[in-house]
Formats: sequence, C-alpha cells, structure tokens
Amino acid sequence: MPIALTKSLIFSLGLLPAALLAWQFYRDELGANPIEAITHGSGEWTLRWLLVTLAMTPLKRWSGWSWPVRVRRMLGLFAFFYACLHLMTYLWLDQFFDWPEIWLDILDRPFITVGMLAFVLLLPLALTSNRYSIKKLGRNWKRLHRLAYVIPLLGVLHFVWLVKADLREPAIYALVLAALLAVRLPASRRKEKAKVSRQTAG
Amino acid sequence: MLIKQAQDLTEADVTPPELYRERRRFIQAGLAAGTAWAWPWLAQGAIKLGEIAPGPFSSDEEKTPYKDVTSYNNFYEFGTGKADPAIRSASLITDPWSVEVSGECDRPGSLGLEDILKAHPLQERIYRLRCVEGWSMVIPWVGFPLADFIQRFQPNSRAKYVEFETLYDKAQMPGQRRRVLNWPYREGLRMDEAMHPLTLLAVGLYGEPLPNQNGAPIRLVVPWKYGFKSIKSIVKVRFRETQPVSSWQQAAPSEYGFYSNVNPNVDHPRWSQRRERRIGEFGKRKTLMFNGYAEQVASLYSGMDLKKNF
Ligand code: HEM
Repeated sequence: MPIALTKSLIFSLGLLPAALLAWQFYRDELGANPIEAITHGSGEWTLRWLLVTLAMTPLKRWSGWSWPVRVRRMLGLFAFFYACLHLMTYLWLDQFFDWPEIWLDILDRPFITVGMLAFVLLLPLALTSNRYSIKKLGRNWKRLHRLAYVIPLLGVLHFVWLVKADLREPAIYALVLAALLAVRLPASRRKEKAKVSRQTAG
Repeated sequence: MLIKQAQDLTEADVTPPELYRERRRFIQAGLAAGTAWAWPWLAQGAIKLGEIAPGPFSSDEEKTPYKDVTSYNNFYEFGTGKADPAIRSASLITDPWSVEVSGECDRPGSLGLEDILKAHPLQERIYRLRCVEGWSMVIPWVGFPLADFIQRFQPNSRAKYVEFETLYDKAQMPGQRRRVLNWPYREGLRMDEAMHPLTLLAVGLYGEPLPNQNGAPIRLVVPWKYGFKSIKSIVKVRFRETQPVSSWQQAAPSEYGFYSNVNPNVDHPRWSQRRERRIGEFGKRKTLMFNGYAEQVASLYSGMDLKKNF
C-alpha cells in the first residue's frame, strides 16, 4: 500500500473517535451526563493515542514494515489533538473559564497537576512535529522527543489518582505502557538485534 | 444567605387530591409504557405500592427525568460504570426480602418487606440528591420517615448510632466479585440524624417501586449528605454505641468522613465542592450548605467543626 494511502487511512481513524463523540452528543446518546462522557472519552483517547504512538517503533522492529515509523508523528499529533479537546472540555464545560478556580485546581489536586504537566510537556512535541523542526534541531530533536515516554507515564498517574476505588482501567493502561517501555530496554534491544543480524546473514 | 423556598409546598398542596392522584396515575401509565420501550432491562421491584400521600419538605424544582434517574447510578455492587447498575442489576431478587434489626434495642427482629410496608403510610418527597462527584438530581422518592421505622424496635439508651448494611451476595450482585470496596457496603448515621424528619426510608420513586439500580427494594435517603451515605438495598440495621465505619471511610479515610454532609466550603481532595452540575443542565450551580436543607439540619451540628468532622 502506498504510504500516502496508509497515512490518509490512519488520519481518518484518528478522527473517528472524536466524530463519534460529536455524533453521540448531537443525538443525545451520551447518557445523563454528556459532559462527563466527553471528558472521559477525550481523556482516554489521549492516553490511547499516546500508547499507539509508542507502539510504532516495536511494531516496525517486529514486522519489518516501514510505515509504522512514518505515521508515528501523525499519531502523536492525534494524541495532542485529543488532549486539546480534553483540556478544552475541562476549561470550558467544567470550569467555565473561572481562572482563579482553575489555578487552585492545578495547585491543589494532584491528578490535575500531573494532567496539566503532561499537557505542557506535550506542547513542545506537538510544535516540533514537522520536517522543518527535525532538520533544525538535529540530535536535539530525538532528545526532546524522549518526552514521549514520560508523558504517558504522567497520563497513567493522572488516571490512577482520579479514580475513586476501581483501579482496573488505569491498571490496564499501566500494563500496556510498561510492556511498551520494557521492549525498549537495552537487554531486549540486544536480543532483537541479534535476531535481525542472524536473519540478514542467513 | 438562606434563600427561602416554598419547601413545604408541593403540587399536591395546591391541587385537589383526587385530581392529583388521577394525574399521577396517568403519568405512571405513560411512564411505564415509555420506560418499558426505552429500557427493556429495567427491572422493577415485585412489591406493590399502595396509596401515596404528598409529604413535607418537597422541593418545587424541576424533577430530573425518570430515564436519567434510572440510568445514571453509582451502585458499585453492579459495577463501577454509571450505566452498569441499569444494565446488570436484573439478577437482584427483591422478593422475598427482609430486614434484620439488631443491636442496642429492646425489640430486635427480622421484618419482611410486606410487613414493613403495611405498617408505614407512604409519602412522596421530592428531594435534591447531591453526589460527592459534583453532580446532582431532583428525585421524587416514595417512602416513610426512618424515625417511624426505628421507633418500632425501641432502641435503648446506649443506641448512639445506627449502622446499615447492603445485601452481600455475589450471585445477585456481580460487582461484588471484585473487591473494589470492602463488601458488604456499610453506612451509618448518628441517632439524631437517623431520627430527623427529613431522613427517609425509600421504597419507590416517581410513584413506582424502586428499580433495582436505584436500591430496590428499600434504601436510605439522607438529602443533606452526599449520595453515598444513602445506602441501597438494605438487609441489616444495627443500633450501636460506637460510631460505625462506613465502606467509603474504610476505603479512603482522608477523603470520606463519617458525616459527609454536603458542604461547599470543604473540598474533597480530588474535587472542589463549591459547585455542581444538575443533571440535564449545561452550566453549573452553586452548591448549597447541607444541600439546601440547612434550615432543617444545621442545628444538628452546632458547635462542631465541620472541616474536621467532614
Ligand atoms: C496528556 C494529558 C492527559 C491525559 C493522557 C489524560 C487522560 C485522562 C483519562 C484517561 C481520564 C479518565 C477517563 C475515564 O475515567 O474514563 C481523564 C479524566 C480527566 N482528566 Fe485528563 N488527561 C490529560 C490531561 C488533563 C488535563 C490537562 C486536565 C485539566 C487541567 C485534565 C482533567 C481531567 C478531568 C477533570 C478528568 C475527569 C475526572 C473525573 O471524572 O473525576 N486532564 N484524563
């Protein structure tokens, strides 16, 4: 499949959850508390896209396909897009732009503090997710974009701290994240490399 | 600060009773037909409610639609999602049902639901319900004062508190298979709170028996406290000399206190309690002290530091 087609396909997939939320909102199908449903939906999709983005490098390594790394930046931008929706829902529909109240929330509530931190860290990544920045920043681009490992960690922590009693969902995200980070550990990388060199030698 | 509301006035007070009842029956019929279509899984209790008289303390605010009251619930015994209780509570068997009363009283015993219903004339009370999560509803409950129930068992002078317990049965309550809370769910009230005329034992809402997801067949309603205090599907009541520990207190003592009175000035560590979203409304409203029932209940707590006794 040509990469342009793959990219448009993934672009459409990225918009799908937002479109579905908008449609359900319009049809009044989000239940008794639609604003809560949007907050939760956008938050979960932020986390999901962050994890999907992290899955691209291992996917390339295991499959040998090259498209996963070529759509990686777009997927990261989708995480940012959903994070913006999530934050906007909070600022507008939760707090109605009551800035003093929002500021207190950020200071007082650990789950908001880490959520906000995650969003602030996402900003430079989103702003430099373009070819021009990659060229301009050189080696520093890679260094900067290592934040992509830290942000989902904060996202999971945010989730753990906001649930009242049932840790099952955040635990599932934590496990997926742990797996995605584990396959990047040097030991795991060495084994992979050995396998790849055997294959190319043979 | 207090805004005087026509709290003791219901539609029934200004409508002739026959007409009110007629209208109510009409609404009920429509409701039943409408809900059966929209909510095929809506399991309604097997009990029949007799005459329902309008009760005191009712709010004249717009009621939260039946569909929202019965599809957006926190009832972790059926799962932690808001939609879980409506979808997964059909397995709860509410007939037969009995409530066992024990502890510091002269006439302990177990009472079948029919006997409870026979002894207490039913009233409708339209109360605000404020959840600790920052949303609220206005619900027309059907029930009777808890005080009337309690008096039958003649609590003795050592009875300082009342403890309540929800059914514990993993087969009927699938959410109990996971230890999200320390089952069975427990709640408690101080004796004077339990005897307060606002405190209700509810067996119905919108003129119908309680649907399972709302705590069938019998539950507590304490409108000036956060919703989780209003324990559902009660099987045990115990009079105690010492303060009971509620399930949420046990789960997170720094977040949920014994009193858990609605108080806009005392934040939950994770949520500000200053405002709330009334289900069905876009904007938020200011949360009122004691959920707007300060006039009736503030005296229960005079001299107490409500920041400490949260
Ligand atoms: C990268 C950043 C973020 C991620 C990955 C994220 C993720 C999530 C997730 C997964 C949920 C839970 C959804 C559910 O329960 O189903 C959530 C809820 C929430 N998030 Fe975020 N979030 C982020 C940033 C933020 C920011 C910046 C704010 C506000 C300043 C925020 C405010 C909230 C609120 C208010 C809730 C709902 C809490 C509740 O229901 O009690 N989040 N978020």
